[in-house]
Amino acid sequence: MIWRVATVVALHDETARARTITLDVPDWPGHVAGQHLDLKLTAEDGYSAVRSYSIASAPGGGKQVQITVERLLDGEVSPYLTRTLAVGERLELRGPIGAWFVWRTQQVEAIQLVAGGSGIVPLMAMIRARGSAGSRAPFRLLYSVRAPEAVFYRDELRALSLGDQSVTVTYAFTRIVPEDWPLDPGRIDAGLIARATWPAAVAPTCYVCGPTSFVEEMADLLIASGNDRGRIRTERFGPTGGRT
Amino acid sequence: MAIISRGFSGRRTATDKKLPPGQYLTTDFPVLSAGPTPHVPLDRWELAIGDGTTVLRRWDWKSFRELPSETVTVDLHCVTRWSKLGTSWEGVSLDTLLAGLRTDLPYALARSYGDYSTNVPLKDLLGNQAWIAFRFDGKDLEPEHGGPARLLVPHLYLWKSAKWARSITLMPEDKPGFWERLGYHIYGDPWREQRYSSDE
Repeated sequence: MIWRVATVVALHDETARARTITLDVPDWPGHVAGQHLDLKLTAEDGYSAVRSYSIASAPGGGKQVQITVERLLDGEVSPYLTRTLAVGERLELRGPIGAWFVWRTQQVEAIQLVAGGSGIVPLMAMIRARGSAGSRAPFRLLYSVRAPEAVFYRDELRALSLGDQSVTVTYAFTRIVPEDWPLDPGRIDAGLIARATWPAAVAPTCYVCGPTSFVEEMADLLIASGNDRGRIRTERFGPTGGRT
Repeated sequence: MAIISRGFSGRRTATDKKLPPGQYLTTDFPVLSAGPTPHVPLDRWELAIGDGTTVLRRWDWKSFRELPSETVTVDLHCVTRWSKLGTSWEGVSLDTLLAGLRTDLPYALARSYGDYSTNVPLKDLLGNQAWIAFRFDGKDLEPEHGGPARLLVPHLYLWKSAKWARSITLMPEDKPGFWERLGYHIYGDPWREQRYSSDE
């Protein structure tokens, strides 16, 4: 897999800590929703660091590819990408990578997405891929997030769930809820899984992405509600015990 | 030609010298799994070694734990680029599990509870290089890290160290496992940076 030189063409802050970076990648071979890429940064003395980031944009964007990066307090690379990086700068990348945690437009079955925090990114690529391909696969997204201001892609998700009855979005706010929200802050539990996800009888394919502890809990809840473990695909990041 | 990012300084430590190319150091223990974590009760756990047609050896939890075990300190290198140094494990060496077994089958496929699999040449499982590990850092291995017991082959990328070990099948030819069928390298040597199937 070759390294390509990409140029930053746009930057957009999703939240106070997360930024979407639009890259122009010559000869981008195309990707499938859910895949990631490797970014390589090189310091002036030649030291380099490589990190993997999920692709946020739908396939079919030509040579433009988007990633959304959340700044980690202790991060080596993410502070640079979310604060310092400017439009016009160049970065080395390779990809796309990954053939397991992907949604392909030929899939017609019901899809259950469960996101914890920035785990929304590859799932958003799936939602966008569905839209751009004109797929009619019914999607449900259950999105656990710490507070309203930490939601990525808020307007786009709102427009989607208003405009298309076959994509529904349910939020679980774990620390702070919006004004007029009918519920207290809380984590996703068996009750919310029962209310907001596909009944197991529908046999959805489930994609769960987030910090490890979140993914562990969600996968267990989905199995407990009757889902076949073979239909649950997971992608985990962050240290054990990480929180949304 | 490297592209220089002005304003990116990175973080270097003395231990970076010990890391394979493209890896960074972590003190956490991240988890990477393709699906839900299986929870395997010990009274239903077993480990088998076979040749594809015959089960050659089989242990239940009790007989497995009666085998001589050893404590090893090893470095871990995950293909997702983190490395964790000096991790302490207790397990039964594959040399012990395979002792006296005469075979001309040069490859092995490790299978897991939960249907994960990964392939490793038999010679990489022998010579004090691989264990079925059941304790990490002095404690029983947690399910999310592969408990009750996982394969530990630390000289290869960590996906080769199959969690929730269930069986090892010896094979006449190399056959890709789960990630190897999905584009990851057939062998996975971190020091040669064999991440993806297109890497040398």
